[in-house]
Amino acid sequence: MVFLKKKSFKISLLSAAILASAQVSADSNPSTQKILELIDAQQREINALKAQLQQTEQQTEQKVEAVSSILEKQQNNSPAWTNNSRFGGYGEIHYNNLQNDGAKGDLKEIDFHRFVLYFGHRFNDAIRFHSEIEYEHSLIGEGKPGEVELEQAYVDFDLNPNLTIRGGLFILPIGIINETHEPNVFYGVERNPIENKIIPTTWWEGGVNVMGKIPTVAGLQYDLALHSGLAVPKDNYTIRSGRQKVASAKANNLATTARLKYTGIKGLELATSLYYQNDISQELDPKAGSGLLWEVHADYQIQNIRIKGLYAQWKLDGEGPKATGKDKQYGWYIEPSYKISEQMGVFARYNEWDNGAAAGKESRYRQYDIGINYWAHPNVVIKADYQYQKGSAGSDLYKGFNLGLGYQFF
Amino acid sequence: MKSFLFFTFFISNVVLAQEVYQTPEDFLKETFQNTVPEPRLLWLIGERQKVAEQILGHKSNALRIRYWKLGEKSAWILDEVGKDEPITTGVVINQNKIEQLNVLIFRESRGWEVKYPFFTDQFKEIQLKPDFNLDKTIDGISGATLSVKALQKVARLALYLHQQTALEKP
Repeated sequence: MVFLKKKSFKISLLSAAILASAQVSADSNPSTQKILELIDAQQREINALKAQLQQTEQQTEQKVEAVSSILEKQQNNSPAWTNNSRFGGYGEIHYNNLQNDGAKGDLKEIDFHRFVLYFGHRFNDAIRFHSEIEYEHSLIGEGKPGEVELEQAYVDFDLNPNLTIRGGLFILPIGIINETHEPNVFYGVERNPIENKIIPTTWWEGGVNVMGKIPTVAGLQYDLALHSGLAVPKDNYTIRSGRQKVASAKANNLATTARLKYTGIKGLELATSLYYQNDISQELDPKAGSGLLWEVHADYQIQNIRIKGLYAQWKLDGEGPKATGKDKQYGWYIEPSYKISEQMGVFARYNEWDNGAAAGKESRYRQYDIGINYWAHPNVVIKADYQYQKGSAGSDLYKGFNLGLGYQFF
Repeated sequence: MKSFLFFTFFISNVVLAQEVYQTPEDFLKETFQNTVPEPRLLWLIGERQKVAEQILGHKSNALRIRYWKLGEKSAWILDEVGKDEPITTGVVINQNKIEQLNVLIFRESRGWEVKYPFFTDQFKEIQLKPDFNLDKTIDGISGATLSVKALQKVARLALYLHQQTALEKP
């Protein structure tokens, strides 16, 4: 009986414990409502964090924007004096290995032929300054071969998109090489002899040039310049020796240059120029008269093939030039070239010139060139060529090879 | 007196003579048929900066390049100096090929012939090679070598940047 009471008591205790446990369990499980409330609270927290993140991102963007603007401005303006100013240059060193049986003998030398620095400044979109200073042949001084020359120093005034007036010291718009003569843009270590003996490149004068485009004909432009002129020496009437280089230049007779240039067809440039001076000696030689240069050239490029041709001729009036046969001087060349790749091109050139064509005796020169250009960089070129000159017996005729290295930067 | 009058006329006629062939706004409207998307910015940092420098041959002054993109078509308005002054060029790239290249504003004193369609049309359908060069040769213009080079650089840069936009967030 006692045993039964004890057992009944244990069962009662166990039942009570199970019921109590069940009650506790039911109390600790949140209801669906509570769960939803919890999720909602978490969502609000997430939204708040998102908003905070977005705000931080926006602030960061604003800060980055501000810093970037300052950095870009500093990059564009640094250093301050270079704002609106440009600096650049070009140069070329040559090695000539040429044989000559004439009076001047062989030419075997290394020469840093040209070292040029240029500086430009834009006052505003309509007024610009450009200049070039050239060191020639490296060493300057008494008895030394070099020279320092101010080759360009002019101001351009744009009157409208089709008309610009250039004033100052500028390169004459004649020929192919005269205006564009950086070593990486032409073939051959030395410039072609026609644009040396007939057109005395680099040829600059001081004055005013009116440069315009003809809007009705696409690609047609003109130059009309009034400027200082040559003072050709009376002994030999050599055109090249007549350049005064705008150095206290005699200006008893100004000269005029006109050019018409057409570039309206893909790959083609056609141009013709006239230079006229009333007295080629600046009135220093009574036997000298007027001088007229006529030049025409074509430059045509189709894909990798390019061909250039130029003819130029002087007519000098007066007894002096006539007596020496210098009243007619002419020259021409033709230069086909082929670009094997972006880095390499080959060329051949035939040149013919005569600085005494009216002398009644053979005074004509011919020069044959073949060569190669290798562009290590679009603005750095290594050149090699072979030249062969022919002319009258006893004259200086150079045969051999040339090597060159040229560069340009801006 | 005549000289004075000429001088006065001359000075009064010195105007801003940069040649605007097409305004950037008109270029964008034409490109996107009047529905110009919002501009986006592409950062020129890291490897991108190095490649841009390789293409241009000099450091870029910009840290960010603005562009407009709709689908596979993107438009870029980029400045690059020929010799002395920047040439503003608009380039449209579609599916990694140049669809259009226009000279918008020309400020150089020489080389303006690059504005002609006979020159700019050469860029159509051109793509970028893995070495960041163009996959076709561009015929130059005598006397305009530096302007031609500037436009070639701009074309290469626009093609490269277009490729880079694929890596950006939509």
